Amino acid sequence: MNIVVCIKQVPDTAGGVKFNPDGTLDRAAMLAIMNPDDKAGLEAALRLKDEYGAKVTVVTMGLPKADAILREAMAMGADDAVLVTDRVLGGADTWATSQTLAGALRALDYDLVITGRQAIDGDTAQVGPQLSVHLGLPIVSYTQKLRIEGDYVIAERMFDDRHHVLKVKMPCLLTALSELNEPRYMTPGGIFEAFQKPVTIMGRKDLVDTLDSNIGKVGSPTQIAKASDKVRKGAGTQYIPEDATDAAEYITAKLKEKFII
Amino acid sequence: MNREEYKGVYVFAQQVDNKVSNIALELLGKGKALADDLGSEVVAMLLGSDIKDQAQILAEYGADKVIVVDHPFLKEYMTEPYTQAISAIIRECKPDVVLFGATAIGRDLAPCVAATVHTGLTADCTKLDIGDFPMNPIPGKETLHKQLLMTRPAFGGNTIATIAIPDFRPQMATVRPGVMQKLPRNKEAKANIIEFDAHLEKNDRYVEILDVVKKVSDYVDIQDAKILVSGGRGMQNKENYEKYLRPLANLLGGQVSSSRAGVDQFGIPKELQVGQTGKTVRPKLYIACGISGAIQHLAGMEESDLIIAINKDETAPIFDVADYGIVGDLFQILPILTKMVEQELAKKAEM
Repeated sequence: MNIVVCIKQVPDTAGGVKFNPDGTLDRAAMLAIMNPDDKAGLEAALRLKDEYGAKVTVVTMGLPKADAILREAMAMGADDAVLVTDRVLGGADTWATSQTLAGALRALDYDLVITGRQAIDGDTAQVGPQLSVHLGLPIVSYTQKLRIEGDYVIAERMFDDRHHVLKVKMPCLLTALSELNEPRYMTPGGIFEAFQKPVTIMGRKDLVDTLDSNIGKVGSPTQIAKASDKVRKGAGTQYIPEDATDAAEYITAKLKEKFII
Repeated sequence: MNREEYKGVYVFAQQVDNKVSNIALELLGKGKALADDLGSEVVAMLLGSDIKDQAQILAEYGADKVIVVDHPFLKEYMTEPYTQAISAIIRECKPDVVLFGATAIGRDLAPCVAATVHTGLTADCTKLDIGDFPMNPIPGKETLHKQLLMTRPAFGGNTIATIAIPDFRPQMATVRPGVMQKLPRNKEAKANIIEFDAHLEKNDRYVEILDVVKKVSDYVDIQDAKILVSGGRGMQNKENYEKYLRPLANLLGGQVSSSRAGVDQFGIPKELQVGQTGKTVRPKLYIACGISGAIQHLAGMEESDLIIAINKDETAPIFDVADYGIVGDLFQILPILTKMVEQELAKKAEM
């Protein structure tokens, strides 16, 4: 069984965010980590490998420095790694990103494709579903549990008030929730090996059946009209009461003023 | 692509168990306002099996027209038949704008539809406007009028971006539940129902449902609450939510909710969580007790009409969004406050 896991290097949002003058993100200025939902997807793939035997390939699209998360994935247990990187692929929205990944995956063997549900930078949750459409694969979004039965995946898809138990014929695509599992740590031996292994580099010319009009900034239907740091509505009045009774009186007065009571 | 050919604001009228979801009504409210700005109409797309009786409700909440696709494949939400049906409507009717709720269903369906019909999609919008693109004229570049401008938070609420889809149609967005307002119900409204045959056909993307497991919830949806008394890390444990927050919430006719800290550390049910990874709420009154106000929490409640915060730490970020911020010990203040509110309500009842 061949499993391809799509992973993304994302800025750690805990450190704050920075912009280029054109309103796009200045990713270079921020700390970079493997996106948490993607890591859960990788862990799911590695568990299938442990249980049923599989070859796990990780694929990322990004800047050359995204090599770091591919090494991390190999240190966790992934067998192969592919970095899709090319200047013309930059500035892509979810349409162009999913088209690019589809072009890269057409060059690989897969029975199962796993992506994270969403990345913590964009929070769109769109690339996984769109990739499934471009590749013509059935999709299970929000996978919270899975197992393999012959040529089929049995997966639980979580929705707000319910989950569906689905039977899906491979090849298929799953998007993983970080609730799916607790990702394993890298092993010292794994880290050593990860830096010995080659990473396959793919550029524009290696994408299969991909049109120029579907990649990069020019291939992106969505365009940024404006981007900024969030402006908060601004603080109201801060009140430092003499004691608890004073505080309660203050709040009661405000509730009356606003006709709540 | 000829933009003039594309007309109307279409909304996906999500239904679960043959009952239209609240988000569908919220989308109709916003869709109507957008349609007014565009000089066009708002159309609901209702998909399901034996679903036609729900069309009337959509009309009462503002739909000028309801397109119904009634088919056994559409009984329970499934990605592929729903994608086929919505894509078929889009190809046939050529809408200018298509809106989905940013629910689990909407966020699965909308990207598949956008990928199928080749257009742009903006996720999880909190604001939609009609305006110019570029927003400010750029010399040498054509300014397009009456474009959909979609505003959304990103980076866990740290940033905000406005997105346009100038060269593709329809312009598509998913909209966060609880942010848009539904219209008042007009029981006189009559539905203009159009039955649509989407020619659904099984293909490789269809999957088999083995089971549907429903969770039973004991809680009222906090998104429907007019008043929320909310607790955070400062509550110290689950019992204190019942002891200190519940009595005040009950008196005010509200509900108890929580920040993520309460869910992760004290075992407060996830359904009661406000914030980026929980629910977005906009009640008339939000009382934040012992909530420091992480940016992800603020993203879920800062649109509340009135925010009162009680926190010991005068530098807590919750005070940046609170209308009234009280620096103090909630365990001392809340019992006295609850008693005072009770007295006030009793006084009012006597009058």
